Amino acid sequence: MTKKLMRGSHVLGEAAVLAGCRYYFGYPITPQNEVPEYMSRRLLEVGGTFIQAESELASINMVIGAAMAGGRVMTSSSSPGISLKQEGISYLAGQELPAVIANMIRGGPGLGNIAPSQSDYFQATRGGGHGDYRCIVLAPASIQELADMTLQAFDLADKYRNPVMILGDGMMGQMMEPVTFPEPVDPAKLPEKDWVLDGAKDRPQRIILSMLLDPKILEAHNYKLVRKYDAVRENETAWEMTDCDDARLVVAAYGTAARIAGGAIRRVRQRGLKVGLFRPKTLWPFPAKPLEELSHRVRHILTFELCAGQMVEDVQLAVKGQAEVKLYGRPGGVIPTPEDVAHQISHYYYGAHLDEEGPGGGA
Amino acid sequence: MKQVFARPKSLKPAATHYCPGCGHSIIHRLVAEVIDELGIQERTIGVPPAGCAVLAYNYFDVDMGEAPHGRAVAVATGIKRVLPDRVVFTYQGDGDIAAIGTAESIHAANRGEKITAIFVNNAVYGMTGGQMAPTTVPGLVTTTTPGGRQVNRDGAPLDLTQMLAVAKGAVYLERVAVSDPKHIRQAKKAIKKAFQVQLDGLGFALVEVLSACPTNWKMDSITAWQWVKDSMTKDFPLGVIKDETGYDAGPETEAGDDR
Amino acid sequence: MTVKTVFSGFGGQGVLLMGYLLALTAMRQGKEVTYLPAYGAEMRGGTANCTVVVSDGPIASPVASSPDYAVIMNNPSLLKYLNVVRQGGVMLLNSSLIHSEMRRADVTFVDVPVNDLARELGEARSANVIMMGAYAQVTGVVQIEHLSETLAETGLGKKPEVLELNRRALTVGAEAVAKATQ
Repeated sequence: MTKKLMRGSHVLGEAAVLAGCRYYFGYPITPQNEVPEYMSRRLLEVGGTFIQAESELASINMVIGAAMAGGRVMTSSSSPGISLKQEGISYLAGQELPAVIANMIRGGPGLGNIAPSQSDYFQATRGGGHGDYRCIVLAPASIQELADMTLQAFDLADKYRNPVMILGDGMMGQMMEPVTFPEPVDPAKLPEKDWVLDGAKDRPQRIILSMLLDPKILEAHNYKLVRKYDAVRENETAWEMTDCDDARLVVAAYGTAARIAGGAIRRVRQRGLKVGLFRPKTLWPFPAKPLEELSHRVRHILTFELCAGQMVEDVQLAVKGQAEVKLYGRPGGVIPTPEDVAHQISHYYYGAHLDEEGPGGGA
Repeated sequence: MKQVFARPKSLKPAATHYCPGCGHSIIHRLVAEVIDELGIQERTIGVPPAGCAVLAYNYFDVDMGEAPHGRAVAVATGIKRVLPDRVVFTYQGDGDIAAIGTAESIHAANRGEKITAIFVNNAVYGMTGGQMAPTTVPGLVTTTTPGGRQVNRDGAPLDLTQMLAVAKGAVYLERVAVSDPKHIRQAKKAIKKAFQVQLDGLGFALVEVLSACPTNWKMDSITAWQWVKDSMTKDFPLGVIKDETGYDAGPETEAGDDR
Repeated sequence: MTVKTVFSGFGGQGVLLMGYLLALTAMRQGKEVTYLPAYGAEMRGGTANCTVVVSDGPIASPVASSPDYAVIMNNPSLLKYLNVVRQGGVMLLNSSLIHSEMRRADVTFVDVPVNDLARELGEARSANVIMMGAYAQVTGVVQIEHLSETLAETGLGKKPEVLELNRRALTVGAEAVAKATQ
């Protein structure tokens, strides 16, 4: 298929349609208004259903209903709206329903602003709503990857019967970049779901619920979820390492921050600094094991995030004290330049005497 | 021998958890009878609420999908939009549909979602232990209105069904009670009509059923049901609130109905 | 080689289209590109701007803190970007509307009276396309003929008469700058 120049919000919508998504329920909030706008038009073309709901609460609950009925369904929002959806996301997890939720993060807390941010990392990776659960969280770093991960998100949601969150930011929603779409999925050819509510014809009644009043039964359900999450961790953890082979310092960053960090690393490499990039592509499950292994060789990790420091905690947990972990965080919607990040890298690099000879520099 | 009375097919042979004197069992039965009579058991999906009827899936023998508190009509919307040829109903209490779920109710009605809502109004939060509901009538003592509901402090009871009447997509709204056999028969007719509206694809239909909660009202059953008739109907008068179905009144209408 | 350009002006001057045309053309020439519009409250005041990055390699950030080029269509935009453009950069000014004398010694300024040229051409709405002709001529980031191809092949100017007008507009812009810089 041909390369197109498209806005991230539209790419998200188009990729969802290509993945066989025929149901979208949403509510306007900047900076992702172009997603519902696109879906309202596109789903009409493919015979799907779009509803502009009365609230984020209503829209996530429509998602629950559509998922119960077996539809490939998506909603999207930005930070304050995602907070409102958390109730429904908790139910999706408890009821083991597949759905895709996209968050184009904006600055917070509260109303914050509409600038790009990564300050919803905790909310996304720790569940977000109440109860003992996880969402699978995908973090694209380019518009092409947004398209690819959107298709992947629907498959993961169905495979594990679990909500999947695509974590972007305001910039990813608004910017245009070249994209090549994969071939469309035929919704009729998707694997049959043997658990949906479609009327008890020639079979016993089906019930989808999350309420299990007997603590022993709920505990068993919780452990069932835990085993599922273990399987996700085992099979679906994804990350990317660039220039890490000879690195004495590694920058850990995801999404938009990772591409800026990539530019910074290209700059400092030109000056001979041995710096690599560790980029989680799944934020939950977090690629803790490869990062831990990396920390056996690289003793200095600079976490760069567009927030006051959230992923840095997962980095610290992963390396188990074997590497020094520092943070360069820019909250509030500020987008530092690659030069800014290069400056931070250099400061750390020379400060730790990593330019000196010896394995792992001055470690 | 001719069988003259049996459990509806759409009701499971289970003893309910409801308190003595509670109206839910009657209303469950009416809904199940209607599902049987319309022959739609195999294509009906119910959405129970958070509230006393949260366990309704243990009683109805149709597919059931649990909704968060207040969101039943939104969940039902999602189901119905994916499976437009199925019959989808919600079963909600007053707190569910008229307090926390007010926005969802009004907008589902306004969009004319082709679903059937059964709204059980017993003027109190039952499952949580008898707190004030949006429909608690003035003077009624609840655990959060000691001394009785005072309009100037707690607000007046909210007539959600009347509110829904202004929603263009709501085609049939009726308030009934299950306080005695005659009213129970009338309630069943209304419920059946509300399902027929959906089968005919006309739009949103809701039946509000006045019911008793002797436990939380701290009354005996007889007093409670008398109170439904004598007191609740003052704030919530029975009758058709909106009917744009275009159905003939038909022979079933009882002349001289005193509702 | 990475080139960052900002386009700024009033809403309705076709500022976002200029950026889109550049990004699309560069993409069609095999370049890496990003296009980032200002959005939300920022665009409600009637001003519009966007940033386009064109590169031979991966683009780290679609944001331009110090752009190489600025295409300035009105006075407020000049104020906004005068001190932002990098040392040695170029600012193309719509001199039909910009009469301010504010300048910087370390930036090259190119005046293009695009509204006047558009009127001469007989189509007031072609001012932005004329400016793109000037931009291509001055910067060489894309070629006039490639811009023209993009307009022809992507539905940006579908009708034959619109297409012909746009072709002429690109040429008018390029020639105006060629004359001015001779």
